[in-house]
Amino acid sequence: MADVKKIATRDSYGNALVELGKIADNVVVLDADLAAATKTGVFKKNFPARHFDCGIAECNMIDVAAGMSTLGLVPFVSSFAMFAAGRAFEQVRNTIGYPHLNVKICATHGGISVGEDGASHQCCEDFALMRAIPGMVVLSPSDDVEARQIVKAAYDYRGCVYVRFGRAATPVYHDENFKFQIGKGEILRDGSDVAIIATGILVTEAVHAAEILSTKNISARVINMATIKPLDEEIILRAAHDCGKIVTVEEHSTIGGLGEAISSLLAEKFPVPVKKIGVNDKFGHSGSATELLKEFGLCAENISAVAQSF
Amino acid sequence: MAPEEKKKLELFAVKIREGIVQSTHAAKSGHPGGSLSATEYFAYLYGKEIRVDPKNPKAENRDRFVLSKGHCSPGLYATLANAGFFPVEDLLTLRKLGSYLQGHPNMNLTPGVDMSTGSLGQGISTACGMAKAAKFLGKDINVYTLLGDGELGEGQVWEATMFAAHYKLDNLCIAVDVNGLQIDGKTSDVMNSAPLDKKFSAFGCNVIEIDGNDFDALEKAFETFHATHDKPTAILLHTVKGKGVSFMENQVGWHGKAPNDSELQQALSELESARKKILEVA
Repeated sequence: MADVKKIATRDSYGNALVELGKIADNVVVLDADLAAATKTGVFKKNFPARHFDCGIAECNMIDVAAGMSTLGLVPFVSSFAMFAAGRAFEQVRNTIGYPHLNVKICATHGGISVGEDGASHQCCEDFALMRAIPGMVVLSPSDDVEARQIVKAAYDYRGCVYVRFGRAATPVYHDENFKFQIGKGEILRDGSDVAIIATGILVTEAVHAAEILSTKNISARVINMATIKPLDEEIILRAAHDCGKIVTVEEHSTIGGLGEAISSLLAEKFPVPVKKIGVNDKFGHSGSATELLKEFGLCAENISAVAQSF
Repeated sequence: MAPEEKKKLELFAVKIREGIVQSTHAAKSGHPGGSLSATEYFAYLYGKEIRVDPKNPKAENRDRFVLSKGHCSPGLYATLANAGFFPVEDLLTLRKLGSYLQGHPNMNLTPGVDMSTGSLGQGISTACGMAKAAKFLGKDINVYTLLGDGELGEGQVWEATMFAAHYKLDNLCIAVDVNGLQIDGKTSDVMNSAPLDKKFSAFGCNVIEIDGNDFDALEKAFETFHATHDKPTAILLHTVKGKGVSFMENQVGWHGKAPNDSELQQALSELESARKKILEVA
């Protein structure tokens, strides 16, 4: 892995915003005193008149974006996942989700890989919160290429979108020809004994897990599920049919996230055993991203172990 | 204000009040108290102030109104209906299954409603967004929003006010219906928000304090709003909750209760007397 390029998807977000800003003059960016961390600072540098700092007031910021969208602007609103999806949940639900406004909520610092800041900033509930809002599209890119395409796809989609970007640098594995589509999963590796369905920065860990499994003659299919909602039912049902066992992997609580979405679909349409890997009803704590991911079992070794435990 | 013009607004206000009591009576629920206190504001806003066209409610460059105190939808609906946005008869469908007149305003269902509201403290933020967007786009659009004085307990109101002042939103007109009552009692007892003039002034607004049930005072306040530059305007409307229906006036119990059949008849007869009195004035 030493020669693989690593980029944090929050950096991809900032860079993609600049590209989008060049072709779409109705794009505006709102921040809550975190432009340096959410990486919207590069957009601000390029388009200072189209970047609005709202100060440390996320609830107001979400609703300001809602108001702006009614005049034809396409606001990208940024903060940490904890505050965009958590603190401002009700604003998102009532004033973006309910009127179905064309606002893109782009949160960085999702999951425990936030690291040293500790549990107060490690949001492992954002998928659950955002999924529960009718009509909300929920996206979770796995690398730089996908993250940049997701920014453009979110802009092209008319309606409310939540995107979670990560803080930690992660391997870039897609080539530039990759085409992201909202609602479509991606088979990264075929297999027939077990299917590992992962999202976000853990997708590359899932691929490593499949490599470990192959040394034990276990053939694992790996699916990158960058769209948490609407769920790609077809690719999941096909995996359940072909492999008979499913492992879900996410840097999120095992309550309410991708794992539960998949379990719920399979329970209703094609019941097969599912094992969910995620943050298991616990708060995180300070530590490096690598240490924490390992401690919480969000790593290739644990994924391969769980895949063998059916 | 010219007597004929005032008479027109007073008659408009009577119609709005009739709509409020009739629609909440038909719905058997809803919020008449705060709708009645804000009636002169509604009548003036839609009778004289706001640049909107009921025949083209989505016109791109129209002014905007956000009812931040969304529970007073009966007042807004009665105003919009009597201003020609939709049939007055439809007010009787308020809160009923399948109606486009939801308990709280829905911008995607009701002609003339510019923002879905109901969760307190949020409407003013959306109004800030509209006002900022209008400035960014170089459009001559004024944005009006109405809050309740109980609503000021929401911290978000002050986040929004700070934003409005920071971005010098002089196209934003914040009105607060200071009727002094909220669900649990007097606002001064539940959570005292006084002194409001000092608060809004400290937050960077041009503050105007008036009798909110007086059309002449409203006219002057809006004139001041238009003459104010580089800061938002906050109009504190001192009003009487339940105004215009004797048994509802200053009664906290009429915040969120519908009149029954006999109460409706009494309210309508009082409003009819008010209409006659207005018409008698030469």
